Amino acid sequence: MSNPLTSYFGVSAVAMPLRDQRMKLIASNLANADTPNYKARDIAFDDVLRQAAGTAAPLQTTDARHMNGLNLQPQLFERTPLQPSLDGNTVDPDIERAAYGRAALEYRASLSFVESKTRTLMTAITGE
Amino acid sequence: MSNLPIFDVAGSALQAQSVRLNTIASNLANADSIASSPDAVYKPIEPVFKAVPASADGSLTGVQVKQIEQTNAAPIKRYEPGHPLADADGYVYAPDVDPVAQMVNLISASRNYQAGVEMLNTAKDLALATLTMGR
Repeated sequence: MSNPLTSYFGVSAVAMPLRDQRMKLIASNLANADTPNYKARDIAFDDVLRQAAGTAAPLQTTDARHMNGLNLQPQLFERTPLQPSLDGNTVDPDIERAAYGRAALEYRASLSFVESKTRTLMTAITGE
Repeated sequence: MSNLPIFDVAGSALQAQSVRLNTIASNLANADSIASSPDAVYKPIEPVFKAVPASADGSLTGVQVKQIEQTNAAPIKRYEPGHPLADADGYVYAPDVDPVAQMVNLISASRNYQAGVEMLNTAKDLALATLTMGR
């Protein structure tokens, strides 16, 4: 995070890997839509992103044991099924598909922010 | 394990669902396979799915067919003395395949297969967009 580029790219650069991870989780849920006893999981995305946004200027550390507040461990939680099924599976394919579409769109949004920043940077470097 | 784990996860789903489709096809195809003894009759098969971790931290989970099980539903005994396969008492045996249940299973499997394909397509589009970033 001490890299100046990181602060240049801002929160979108932090958001992208998180959104990517969320898509992977939802993909896991969809893949296991028919697996008995599988519990659908998701990331508490807002919490993690707020945590990340709050640490855009990392805390100063003077000792190796100090924490700089950049411990971005996504909080996983299990979904509560609206209609519990007999086999113990808590995946609701409709919810997961909607969540997947949304996550993909959000990923694309973050990507376009990062992309425009990259383009600005390239313009500054090449001076064209 | 690749750099694009969604492909692994979605791929495992496609694989598992296609095994399921295959078993349903076998069951439906053999719904009328008559036998002359209860032991020789076709036993409907059913895949058992199992979640398998696709990443070291366990946050990603693929799916895999753990085993294909034969259901032990008793065959249907029918009295058909004129049937060429009838036993000494005039009975033939048919597998207990419920076409309705099989069709419902088929719809579920094909929908989940489609979901897997969509997942792959979306992930592919996003990966391509990310790869061409800044061009």
